[in-house]
Amino acid sequence: MWLNQFLLLGAVLFCIGVYGVLARRNGVMVLMSIELILNAVNINFIAFGAYHGTPIGQVFALFVIAVAAAEVGVGLAIVLLIYRNRSSIDLESVDLLKG
Amino acid sequence: MTPAVLFASETGAMTAEHAGWFLENAWIFPAIPFVSFLLILFFGKRLPKKGAEVGIAALSAVFVCALIAGAQWISHVDAAGAEHGSEPAGETDEGGSHSEHSAARLGVVRQGTDLKLAGTGSSAEEGTASTKEAVKEGVEAAAEEHHVVLPVVTEWKSNWWTIGGIDFGVGTFVDGQAVMMLFVVGLISLLVHIFSTDYVAGDIRYTHYFAFLSLFTASMLLLVLANNLVMFITAWELVGVCSFSLIGHWWEEQNNSNAALKAFLTNRVGDIGLLIGMIVLFFTAGRGETFNILDINIAAASGTVSHTALLVASLCLIAAVMSKSGQFCLHTWLPDAMAGPTPVSALIHAATMVVAGVYMVARLYPVFFEGLSIAGSPINALALVGAITTMVGGTLAFVQRDIKKVLAYSTVSQLGYMVMALGVGAWTAAMFHLATHAFFKACLFLGSGSVSHACNHSFDMKYDMGGLRKYMPKTHATFLIGTLALAGFPLLSGFWSKDEILAGTGGFGLSEGANGNYHLMLIMGLITGGMTAAYMTRCYWLTFLGEWRGADSPNAHHAAHGHDDDHATAVAHAGHDDHADAHDTHDAHDTHDAHGGLPHESGPRITIPLMILAALAALASLANIPEAFSFVPSGWRLRFEHYIEPTSTYFPKISHAEFSPAIAAISIVAALVGCGLVVAYFRKVQATDPKATELADGPVSRGGLPKVGYNILANKFYLDWLYTDVIVATVKGPLARGANWFNKYVLDAIVNGAATVSKRIAGFTYSVLDQQVVDGVVNGTGLGASETGGILRRMQNGRVQGYAALMFAAAAVLAGVFVLAI
Repeated sequence: MWLNQFLLLGAVLFCIGVYGVLARRNGVMVLMSIELILNAVNINFIAFGAYHGTPIGQVFALFVIAVAAAEVGVGLAIVLLIYRNRSSIDLESVDLLKG
Repeated sequence: MTPAVLFASETGAMTAEHAGWFLENAWIFPAIPFVSFLLILFFGKRLPKKGAEVGIAALSAVFVCALIAGAQWISHVDAAGAEHGSEPAGETDEGGSHSEHSAARLGVVRQGTDLKLAGTGSSAEEGTASTKEAVKEGVEAAAEEHHVVLPVVTEWKSNWWTIGGIDFGVGTFVDGQAVMMLFVVGLISLLVHIFSTDYVAGDIRYTHYFAFLSLFTASMLLLVLANNLVMFITAWELVGVCSFSLIGHWWEEQNNSNAALKAFLTNRVGDIGLLIGMIVLFFTAGRGETFNILDINIAAASGTVSHTALLVASLCLIAAVMSKSGQFCLHTWLPDAMAGPTPVSALIHAATMVVAGVYMVARLYPVFFEGLSIAGSPINALALVGAITTMVGGTLAFVQRDIKKVLAYSTVSQLGYMVMALGVGAWTAAMFHLATHAFFKACLFLGSGSVSHACNHSFDMKYDMGGLRKYMPKTHATFLIGTLALAGFPLLSGFWSKDEILAGTGGFGLSEGANGNYHLMLIMGLITGGMTAAYMTRCYWLTFLGEWRGADSPNAHHAAHGHDDDHATAVAHAGHDDHADAHDTHDAHDTHDAHGGLPHESGPRITIPLMILAALAALASLANIPEAFSFVPSGWRLRFEHYIEPTSTYFPKISHAEFSPAIAAISIVAALVGCGLVVAYFRKVQATDPKATELADGPVSRGGLPKVGYNILANKFYLDWLYTDVIVATVKGPLARGANWFNKYVLDAIVNGAATVSKRIAGFTYSVLDQQVVDGVVNGTGLGASETGGILRRMQNGRVQGYAALMFAAAAVLAGVFVLAI
C-alpha cells in the first residue's frame, strides 16, 4: 500500500511542476518547475525500484539528477542571455520564432 | 562437290594447250594500247609529235602481234586437223569414223595446270553426271562432223575478287573469232592513227585525241578477248565511254556534245538489257556459279538449260545489240555520232563500238541459237530486227546530203545484215561480213574524210562537192573500190559476204543447207542490196562526178573564215570579193592548206591507208571462196569458215548454206537496177547543168505521195521526233506537270494534313493536358501546402510555454489512449 502514496506524491509534484511550466512567466520559475517534474519522476523511479527490490531505480534517479544539473546549467545560461539582451526574463515576450 | 568445280574441270577438258605464245598470252593485246594511253596522257605533250608516235608504235606492235597470233592460230587449227589423219585440213565435212581420233585429241587436253581454276581433276567424278555426259557426247558428236579445234583459254587470275562465294576471274578466251577481230581491230586502228596524224593536225586537243584512240582500241581488244561476262560488260562500257569522249571531241559546239550525250544515253537504254540478259545467263546457264563464257556456251549448247531462260536472255541481249550496234529502233544515235572527227567515225563504224553488239551475239551464239530456235524456223526476233534495220538504214541513206551520214546509215544497214545473218544461223557469213565491212567502210569513211579535208572541211555533198574525180585521183579510186564493194559488185568482198548471208537465209529453197527457211529475210536483204547500190551510186556521183560546186557554195566563205585564222584578214576579204584572186592568194599559202581554193589531193598519210583498205576491200573475198567453185584448189576454199568458225561443244551445230547461183544472180540484178536507176536520174539532172544536184521538177517537188515519202525519210521515220518530242516531251510536259500537281495537291496535302492534325493534337495536349491537368496538380500541391502551412503557422507562435502545453496535452492524450487501449 505504501507504493501508492509515493506515486500519489509523484503525481502531485508532477502536476505542480506542469502547472509551473505552463503558467509561470518568469524563466527561472519555469526552470524550477521543470526540476519539480524531474524530481517527481525520480520519486517514481525510486519507489518502483524499492518496490521491486532493485537498485536500478536509484541508479536512474542519480542519472536523472545528473542530467537535470546539466539541464539547469544550460537553461540558466539561456535565461541569463535573454536577460542580458532584453533586461527581462518574461517568457511571453520571447516569441521571435513565431510563424 | 559444287557444280562450279565440275564446270572448271570441264573447261579444262575443253582447253587446248601449247597453242602458241601469243594465243596463251593474249593479255598483251589490250595491255599495249592501254600502256600507250597512259604514256600519251602523261607524257604526250612533251613528245616531239605530241603523242601520236606512241599510239602508232603501240598499234603497230598490236598489229604485228595480231599477225603472229593469226599465224599461230592457223597452225593450231591445222594441228587439230592433222591429228585426224591424212585428210586435207580444208575439208570441213569429213563424215564418219573419227571418234577414236577425237578421244585421242581429248587425251591431249589440259586437265588443270597452274593456269586453270583450282580444284580440277579428281573432283570431277563427284559432280552431277548429266552435264558431264552431255559435254562428252557433244564433244564426240562434234568430232564426228569436224575435227575439234579447242579454244585457248587462259585464266590470269581465277579469283580476282570474290563476292558471295563466287569467284570473279580475269582471263582471255582466244579462238578464231577473237583472232579475226584482233587482226581487224589492230589493222583499222593502226591505219586510223596514221590517217589522223594528218587529219587532225594542229587540233587543240591533239594529244588527248590520240590518248583516247589508244584507250578505245584497248577497250575493244579487251572486249574481244574477255573470257567471262563481267569482263565483257566492263569492256563494253569502256568502249561506250571512249566513244562518248571521241564523238564529243569538239565539244565546244553544242551539237557535238549533244551527239556525244545522245550516243551515251541511248546506249544506256540497251545496257539495261545487257545487264539483265547477263544476269539471267549467270543464274541459268552459269547455274549461279560462273560467269565464264565458255561454261555458259557449253551449257547452252548442250540443251540442259531451260529454253525459256535462254529465250529471255537472248531477248534482253537483243536490246543491248539494238543500242550498241545501232539496230532499229535505237539506231538514232549512230548518225548523230558523225559529229566526231572522221577517223573516229571510221574506227567506231568499222572496227570498234558498233560491231561490239554483233560480236557479243556471235560470242554467245549457243544462247541465241537455242533460245530463239534459229534452226528450222521461218522467223525470229534477231533476224527480224536485223532485217528491219537493214531496210531502215538503206532507205534513210537516200535523203542525206552529208556524205558521212550516208555512210552512217549505210553502216546501220550493213549491221542489220550482220545481225540478220546471225539471226538466220549464218554465223560465218556474219563474221565474214563484219570483216569485209570493216575494210570497205573504213576505206569509205577515211575517203570521205580525205574529201572533206579538200573541201573546206565540209561534208555537204550538194554544196561543196562534185567533180572531185579530177582533183583527187587517189581518193577517188579508193572510194570507188569501197563503193563497189559495199554495193555488192561481183568479185569484190562485199558481194561475197552479202551473198553468203542471203544464201544463209535459205529462203524459197534457193540455197542448199541453210538452217531455216527465212523467206522474208531473203526478200528484205535483196531489196536492201538494190538500195545499197543505189544510194552509194548517188553518194559517189554527187561527190566525184559532175562539176565542182564548192566555189558557189554558201559554206565556202564561212569555211574560209573559219579556217583562215592565221591568214591575213586582207586575204580573207580578197576571197570574198573575187574568187579568182582568192585562189591565187591561197596558192601562195599552200604550205598551210589551200582552204577556200580548189580541192586538192590529200597527203600520203591519208592516201596510203586508203589504198591499203581499198586493196583489202577488193581482195578480202579471197578469204572465203565458196565450196561450189571447184576450179579453185580445195585448200583455198572456205578458208575463213575453216579457221574462224568454232568447231567444238561451245558452239551450236549449225549447217552451212551452199553458194547459190540463183541468189547471186538476183542480187547482182538488184544492184545493177539500183545503180542504173540512179545513174539515169543523174544523167537527166546534169544533162543541161553539170552543177545541178536534183531535178527542178522532180517527183518529190511535185508533191503527192513521193513528197510524203521524202518527208518521212527526211525526218528519219520520225524516230527522233518520237523520242524527243513525244517520249521526252511527254515526260517533261504533261507527265511532269501531273507529277507536280500530284506532289502539290496530294502528297503535300497529306503532309500538310498530317502536320495540321499533329499541331491540333499538340495544342490540345498543351492547353488541356499540360496547362490544366498537369499544372493543376502541381499548382494544387503547392496551394495545398501553402494553405496547410497558413493554418499550421498559427501553432508556431514562438512561445515556449505554448509548445510545452501542446506537448503535455499530446502526452496526456497519448497516455489516455494508451490506458484505454490496454
